[in-house]
Amino acid sequence: MKQNSDNHLFQQYKNKQKREKKIVITWQLIIFIGFFSVWELASSLYWIDPLIFSSPSKIIGLMMDKFADGSMLIHLQVTLFETILGFIIGTIAGIIIATSLWASIRFSRIMDPYLVIMNAMPKVALGPIIIVALGPGYFSIIIMGAIVSVIITTLVVYSAFREVDPNYEKVLKSFGATRWQCFKEAVFPATLPAMISTLKVNVGLSWVGIIVGEFLVAKEGLGYLIIYGFQVFDFSLVMSSLLLIAIFAAIMYKIVEKIESWLIKHTHE
Amino acid sequence: MSFLTLENVSHHYFTKNSFTKALSNISFNLKEGEFISILGPSGCGKSTILSIIAGIMKHTSGKVLLKQRPLEESELPIGYMLQQDYLFPWKTIIENCLIGPKIRKDKSEYKMSQAKKLLKEVGLTDIEKEFPDSLSGGMRQRVALVRTLITNPEILLLDEPFSALDYLTKLKLENLVSKLLKSYHKTAILVTHDIGEAISMSDRILVMNANPGNIAKTFEVPVELRNETPFFVRRHPKYQMLFDKVWDELNKTESTSLKSMGGAKNDETKF
Repeated sequence: MKQNSDNHLFQQYKNKQKREKKIVITWQLIIFIGFFSVWELASSLYWIDPLIFSSPSKIIGLMMDKFADGSMLIHLQVTLFETILGFIIGTIAGIIIATSLWASIRFSRIMDPYLVIMNAMPKVALGPIIIVALGPGYFSIIIMGAIVSVIITTLVVYSAFREVDPNYEKVLKSFGATRWQCFKEAVFPATLPAMISTLKVNVGLSWVGIIVGEFLVAKEGLGYLIIYGFQVFDFSLVMSSLLLIAIFAAIMYKIVEKIESWLIKHTHE
Repeated sequence: MSFLTLENVSHHYFTKNSFTKALSNISFNLKEGEFISILGPSGCGKSTILSIIAGIMKHTSGKVLLKQRPLEESELPIGYMLQQDYLFPWKTIIENCLIGPKIRKDKSEYKMSQAKKLLKEVGLTDIEKEFPDSLSGGMRQRVALVRTLITNPEILLLDEPFSALDYLTKLKLENLVSKLLKSYHKTAILVTHDIGEAISMSDRILVMNANPGNIAKTFEVPVELRNETPFFVRRHPKYQMLFDKVWDELNKTESTSLKSMGGAKNDETKF
């Protein structure tokens, strides 16, 4: 009897959770559908200027055409390639710089004011200089993507390195460990969670760098499409590029999140 | 023959505006297989002595000799146990135990089997693949003990290793450590603020003064107490006599933190 009532309570709890989940999903759908139908309606009834704000049906039609003739796919591939590469380069370079700062206290003292300035500086403002220096092309755009995230990665990872409990190093030093061994056995693994969480920030930042880079110089890519659409006053094109960016940025974020939970599980097992 | 010798060792801590003399002319000898305790108020530099012997800190003046040779020249392994276990949470228990051999590039099948044997000896079986999080405080400190013993250290430095544990676990671990060290004939220095622990585990007790840290007095633990387990020492009549003597000395050497230690004394005598 007791067992039964316990089970009953558990069942009730589960049902309540399920109901809550259903309500959340329903509202999410209502907002999604509501937003696009109001947009469509407003556009077709000329409440808003369809030339500027386009409409969902026009965007979908345009996207279908562009995907059918393959042109959209090329732009999408270029931007994705640049973003992923910029993201990886920025993150790895940031971790390497943070490691060298940790390795030499003197170096970190010397670099301190420069890091502060570089962090405060809006990195996209460096765009024209990078393009002049490295030439207009993929390479400059990828570097733009990397440079946006590299300094913040350096600062976050370096401060995580310094927050590692010094007693771990004390234990290792009592066995005669070198500084490098301390780094490999204690400091690096202890800060892995912090490094992984910078990945999530960097995904967003890399998109910023790449899109701005494409605004400035590209002949291909979603950023280029936005600028091109803007110049020829084809806002369906602008909107569909934005939509694709939103979708793929979200997908990348989710992938990084998956990698994060996988890494945390596997470095802890 | 003296195993470890400290001769007029002093240490200064420097800050931007001032310096503090943490240790002043510390001298003592330690014979092989001997167990000494260092008692004293907090901030008297007890732990600094251990850090210097462990080679983590460099003393500003004086001489430290290990087996008649300057500390810097000796490559002898030293075992260091801290207040908390500081097991690496991302390593399994067996990996944690073998970190010393790994650092010393001495990882072998032999060390592996020795680690398992030692774990068994401290009463831990079937936990090699576990992670430190899944162990209790006492178990973790026992793993830390194995990690310290695996490099076969010439000398063990124990920096209040039982202070973070509950009373029962602490007594059990005192017994275990005392038994293990005697059976392996290890030389050890224990830093503690617990008079009972010092008496029950060691052969000799150094009482320290603060500001600057120096040795105020040395007590020899009566021979009858030396070979008993810590648990039984606490019930021996000579234990109480020595306890009172050490207590008086500590009271004499420090007057500031007297009140906070009053409570501790009552706990001890009740037991």
